[in-house]
Amino acid sequence: MKKKGTFSYAKYGYLFSLPFLLAFLIFSLYPTLYTAVIGFTDLKGIGKTTFNFLVNDPFANFKAVLSSPTFHTAFSNTLKLWICNFVPQLGLALLLAAWFTDRRFKIPGNGAFKVLFYMPNIITAATVAILFNALFGYPMGPVNDLLTRFGILSEPFNFLVKKDIAQNIVIFIQTWMWYGYTMIILISGILGISPEIFEAAEVDGANGWQTFWMVTLPNIKTILLFTLVTSLIGGLNMFDIPKLFLLGGPDNATLTVGVFIYNQAFSGGYLYNRAAAASMIMFVIIVVVSALLFYILRDRDEAALRKIMKQQEKEHRRKMKEAK
Amino acid sequence: MGKNQTVKKIVIFILCIFLALLSVMPFVIMIVNSTRSTTEIQQHAVSLIPSVYFANNLKILLGKSFNPAVGFVNSLLVSVGVTALATYFSTLTAYALVVYEWKFRNAFFSFIMAIMMIPAQITMIGFYQMVYKIQMTNHLSMLILPAIASPSMVFFMRQYMKPALSLEIVQSARIDGAKEFFIFNQIALPIMKPAIATQAIFSFVSSWNNLFTPLVLLTDQKKYTLPIMISLLRGDIYKTEYGAIYMGLTLTALPLIIVYLLLSKYIIAGVALGSVKG
Repeated sequence: MKKKGTFSYAKYGYLFSLPFLLAFLIFSLYPTLYTAVIGFTDLKGIGKTTFNFLVNDPFANFKAVLSSPTFHTAFSNTLKLWICNFVPQLGLALLLAAWFTDRRFKIPGNGAFKVLFYMPNIITAATVAILFNALFGYPMGPVNDLLTRFGILSEPFNFLVKKDIAQNIVIFIQTWMWYGYTMIILISGILGISPEIFEAAEVDGANGWQTFWMVTLPNIKTILLFTLVTSLIGGLNMFDIPKLFLLGGPDNATLTVGVFIYNQAFSGGYLYNRAAAASMIMFVIIVVVSALLFYILRDRDEAALRKIMKQQEKEHRRKMKEAK
Repeated sequence: MGKNQTVKKIVIFILCIFLALLSVMPFVIMIVNSTRSTTEIQQHAVSLIPSVYFANNLKILLGKSFNPAVGFVNSLLVSVGVTALATYFSTLTAYALVVYEWKFRNAFFSFIMAIMMIPAQITMIGFYQMVYKIQMTNHLSMLILPAIASPSMVFFMRQYMKPALSLEIVQSARIDGAKEFFIFNQIALPIMKPAIATQAIFSFVSSWNNLFTPLVLLTDQKKYTLPIMISLLRGDIYKTEYGAIYMGLTLTALPLIIVYLLLSKYIIAGVALGSVKG
């Protein structure tokens, strides 16, 4: 009787997920497939929507992108900017998270510190980019003003025309915007670890450093993976800061793949086909990298356990069916 | 041990003060400079004492076709629309996944997890071409409607709903003769309020700050959202008007800072919650 009752409600399951499914098909799946298709066509020129497929060499756009020196620069910049911001960001976040959760001492005002460390993350990236452009202005931006006033520099320095410095400022901005977020996530991960494990480590005479490496880190593996994957995907799509801070310059030093794709499609020759091909290349890279990371770092014991539980559940259901 | 700990504590505290200053200083300089004249800024770009050129900077800023009010209203429309649609339909989809037993339920959930990581930016060329073809590029609805399908929010809502909503309540409402849609709106939604509030904040902020999609779609100045307005400050027309640039930045950042400081307790808790559930 009861079984029959739940069965007749199944149609609401379909009905209530229908809006999501429709919106996904129209605004997400279709554009994705369309982007892939455009990658194989001659679609370019402002305002154009009609296209022909490339018959002679279907992969011409992909080849053009992959052999373009500008794309190479953009790709290596993107990796460099991400790695150089993620490593110090994670290091700083881990350190702060370990301190803020230390059971032996409490840092005064840690609630206020959390609020302030996270604040840059909430401000519009466009505002941040232009603000930093103004801060490093030449000859009389605030940074130059401070450095000359304290005698660190004898005269103002034009930071923004130097390639390395421009890259390092972008790296700094990214780290500055994201370490607070990462820290809060790691703190909540550490607080989720059962206190008994820490007590056991204390009883065994582990010092703070040992506890951190042997207890804390292994227990927040999943959260570290989550942070790594989301940051990597965000990093591969980095756009707002490099686009508005120095418009990809000087001399393409802060050109990222996101900015490259935008510039290809929406300026100059309006090469939608090239931009689409570049998008698809990034799409494949993102899918492969995140699948790989999940595979490498997946908790093997947990996976095995889940398998066993699934089997048991199946067994259970079979028995229930037989009993009926 | 005791002395060592005290030294460590002091070092950590000083480092935290330094980082806090690093977070705050750029915005302090920005706000103070928005009240100083360009001449004052050129003499000394850093000052902690506000000056009296607030109104003057505002006049220069607004005199150059910079209309933050239009951007503010458009951003508000988009962000409210996105937040309302995303939270409502994500909760509805999560309800379908939690309450009903249907054939493709598990497959659908796995599918949502799989598409969660796909960034919208990657499919922008196809999206732009599609929207351009139907001549909707300057319609704000094209920025709002996609929010109906927000996979990561569905995931969060499902994880929250599973323990929070007891199926017995749903069952007893049915016995009382309530329709399914009514049960969702009157019983499930109120139970989900805390989760909806958390997700609403993040949905609102990310929509408010979004630059890429509006930059691609909007060409009509009357439709510009705030981040596009901000990007205009980078243009040549403001090249030497430092006071006006700081003014423009302050106008766009200060409301966010104030709202953030007021809601910071919930926002920080929300970030932490999102990671545990995610």
